[in-house]
Amino acid sequence: MKKLIWTVVAILLACAGMAYEVSRLQQSDIQGKNKSLIIYNWGDYVDPDLLKKFEKETGYHVIYETFDSNEAMYTKIKQGGTAYDIAIPSEYMIMKMKRANLLDKIDTSKLSNFKYISSSFLHRSFDPNNEYSVPYFWGTLGIIYNDKYVKPGSIKHWNDLWSKKYRHSILLVDSARDAMGMSLVSLGYSMNTTSNLKLKLALTKLNALGPNIKAVISDEMKMYLVQNEAPIGVTWSGEAAEVMESNKHLHYVVPSEGSNLWFDNMVIPRTAKNKKAAYAFINFMLKPQNAAQNAKYVGYATPVGVAKKYLPKKVREDKQFYPPMSTLKHLQVYRDLGPKITQNYNDLFLEFKMYAR
Amino acid sequence: MKNRKIFARLYLYFILIILYVPIFYLIYFSFSSGKNMNKFQHFTLAHYQTLLQDNRLIAIFLNTVILALLSSLIATIIGTMGAIAISRVRSKKHKQTLLALNNVLMVSPDVIIGASFLVFFTALGIGLNFGSVLLSHIAFSVPIVVLMVLPRLNEMDYSLIDAARDLGANNYQVFSNVMIPAILPGIASGLFMALTYSLDDFAVTFFVTGNGFSTLSVEIYSRARQGIDLEINALSTVIFVFVLVLVLIYYFISTKRGKKARGIMRELIK
Amino acid sequence: MSNRNKILFMIPYLLWIILFVILPILLILWYSLTNQSQQFTLANFELFFHNGTFLKMMLNSFWYAFLITFVTLLVSYPAAYFLTKMKNQQIWLLLIILPTWINLLLKAYAFIGILSNSGLANQFLQLFGIGPVNILFTDFSFIFVATYIEIPFMILPIYNAIKEINPVIIQASEDLGASKWQTFKYVLWPLSWSGVESGIQAIFIPSLSLFMLTRLIGGNRVITLGTAIEEYFLTTMNWNMGATIGVVLIILMVAVMLLTGSKIKRKKVDL
Repeated sequence: MKKLIWTVVAILLACAGMAYEVSRLQQSDIQGKNKSLIIYNWGDYVDPDLLKKFEKETGYHVIYETFDSNEAMYTKIKQGGTAYDIAIPSEYMIMKMKRANLLDKIDTSKLSNFKYISSSFLHRSFDPNNEYSVPYFWGTLGIIYNDKYVKPGSIKHWNDLWSKKYRHSILLVDSARDAMGMSLVSLGYSMNTTSNLKLKLALTKLNALGPNIKAVISDEMKMYLVQNEAPIGVTWSGEAAEVMESNKHLHYVVPSEGSNLWFDNMVIPRTAKNKKAAYAFINFMLKPQNAAQNAKYVGYATPVGVAKKYLPKKVREDKQFYPPMSTLKHLQVYRDLGPKITQNYNDLFLEFKMYAR
Repeated sequence: MKNRKIFARLYLYFILIILYVPIFYLIYFSFSSGKNMNKFQHFTLAHYQTLLQDNRLIAIFLNTVILALLSSLIATIIGTMGAIAISRVRSKKHKQTLLALNNVLMVSPDVIIGASFLVFFTALGIGLNFGSVLLSHIAFSVPIVVLMVLPRLNEMDYSLIDAARDLGANNYQVFSNVMIPAILPGIASGLFMALTYSLDDFAVTFFVTGNGFSTLSVEIYSRARQGIDLEINALSTVIFVFVLVLVLIYYFISTKRGKKARGIMRELIK
Repeated sequence: MSNRNKILFMIPYLLWIILFVILPILLILWYSLTNQSQQFTLANFELFFHNGTFLKMMLNSFWYAFLITFVTLLVSYPAAYFLTKMKNQQIWLLLIILPTWINLLLKAYAFIGILSNSGLANQFLQLFGIGPVNILFTDFSFIFVATYIEIPFMILPIYNAIKEINPVIIQASEDLGASKWQTFKYVLWPLSWSGVESGIQAIFIPSLSLFMLTRLIGGNRVITLGTAIEEYFLTTMNWNMGATIGVVLIILMVAVMLLTGSKIKRKKVDL
């Protein structure tokens, strides 16, 4: 019995020692900074050097946590047991969070750098008065192909993917709205359609793509494309920028007939503890130099218009990443379609994944 | 007869090779200067250096160990008490009901455990952090401890207890001097299994973790989605060597101490 | 032990049962029987059993779980048997347990590297002049990796069961002129059945609900009930439907347990 009690004490002591070590390790990151800012963001979606710079400039300690889907983020914030000061959801999710009363209003007059945002990214339908969100990045949905296996120029439109040539060679992004949306656009419908009939037709068309699909995956797609595991990928522009940097054979196309235009915006959740720091961070990220540095690191397009002049000319003039107005006109922004129809999209996509052979 | 022996040996070697190929693959690439596990570039220790400087990862690793130790310790205490209580239940029906309830978590898939705990914490308004993860780990470790301790209690020689009582031992003395030593191997293997469960868990933690707390498996999941980072390979090499050393030490102690420790081992393998 | 002490020992354990077993099950049940505006409904179950997708998913899960369990058993049984004949069995067992302590995800990522087009497996095949074969994201790779992960959990219980058989019985069977196959069929297999059974239980049930491997190795081309539950809870956020699938899975599990449980009883009567 004595031995047993000693074992328990020893384990507890070891835990205490390690807990001390953990707090020491986290302290050494802080070094006398008094308050912390908790950011909830997508993985690898900010330049770590910028976070360090922010800490230095303002004295706040940044805790950076990641989520892998808008929905996972929503679940964790709605659950209420979390206290994130900044979160970075996509546009349809902002609508949903607003409706669920999870967001705090943002007073843009307190943001001295707000003026740098290009007007085309303001007053969008998901936040018409810019009361709840501030643009962070924007981008498109498109096709990445490898010129070792696919002749350049042979893929320009969504319908090209259905070609028999590409059997078992497409990696599709694991997202119901994007996959269904792609099929809807290829049929000439709106990506926000609520019509049951059109959705069913889109599913039928998507099912026909089944034999060409190699896998339905999310973030891992980058790795596979870089390693030449598959010649074609359907994914977002920023992912494309990243893979193209590591594999020169990869190219990105936004089909001109239309695609998704999306925004990831910064919001302040209701449960935030340190709003002052949140404002400081938003303002910091809107500063043109910082926005440019972040865009260069992450690879997505920045909504801070002035920042473009800090970007290399090659990036700035790349039509695939900063599409001209003529293409932008055809791009569609997702709307929150309410739980019922969203469910319908998800169920149909699940059905597709089940039968995709 | 001889051929059969050779075949048996070859077959076992084959199984072992299969079991270890992915692990050695990870270790091999932890020394590659490249960025992924695609092609070995040239030898480097750079990934180990980054690992040593990565305070966040080390903190998460320590957190994982703390979580495993604390949860298995508490689960062992609750589970042992539960097993003793169950062994004392006289009605067969009650006993079976208790055991059935005990086994529910044993056989439930992780996804359901994780989801139901998430629902549960939400209903009670418990925040998602270290506390919620610790509670969940304790919760799914208790039944295995009960299952490890119970057989020992059933095998226990009750005349010993009567004898101790006749010799004037009080309740506490009977408990600490007779009962505990008799069931100690069961308790030890229960603790050990609980530790393994906790260290190995991904699905449950994935559901119930939140704000500022992450375990190694969740961190690996979120990191590796960005493409495999060889720093993770370095970490798994360190863990593997660490476990290997522990096992070897354990083995030598157990062969020295002989029977008692081997009892624990046998219990574990069950 | 006095009654008071007995109750004292019972309290924390009962508290655990109530809080973490009964309450979560009731909550899941409650969610499955309500809709998103919290009204009582049977619509979720109706959807589950009327919609071909879910039934197909259930069949799929069963089929893959069966395959994984079967292949694992096929590989593990001889291994367990041979193990009982070895010297230094402790070391062998440790070597077999050791890989289970390396995180599952890490092993899955290693397999992604091994099975990819330019990976180890294909390099090996190329030695024989077989050009890069697509291995990743196929049923084969999914079942292979799942089997890999489950092998130790099958070997151990079978090993224990065989170990407990009195060698005299096998000796007797051979002395009586039974062939190898007969000895296996009438002596070894029935006597080691308890181990096989606990191995099956330890593997079949978790295999019904794998969700990490279906994504990483199966490329989401294999959809199981586990994938669906995860999707309904974390992606779609339709907890009610997720809970419904959960309830169905729990019922299936209980059925599997009862089925395998009743079998032993019958076997014992036969003997």
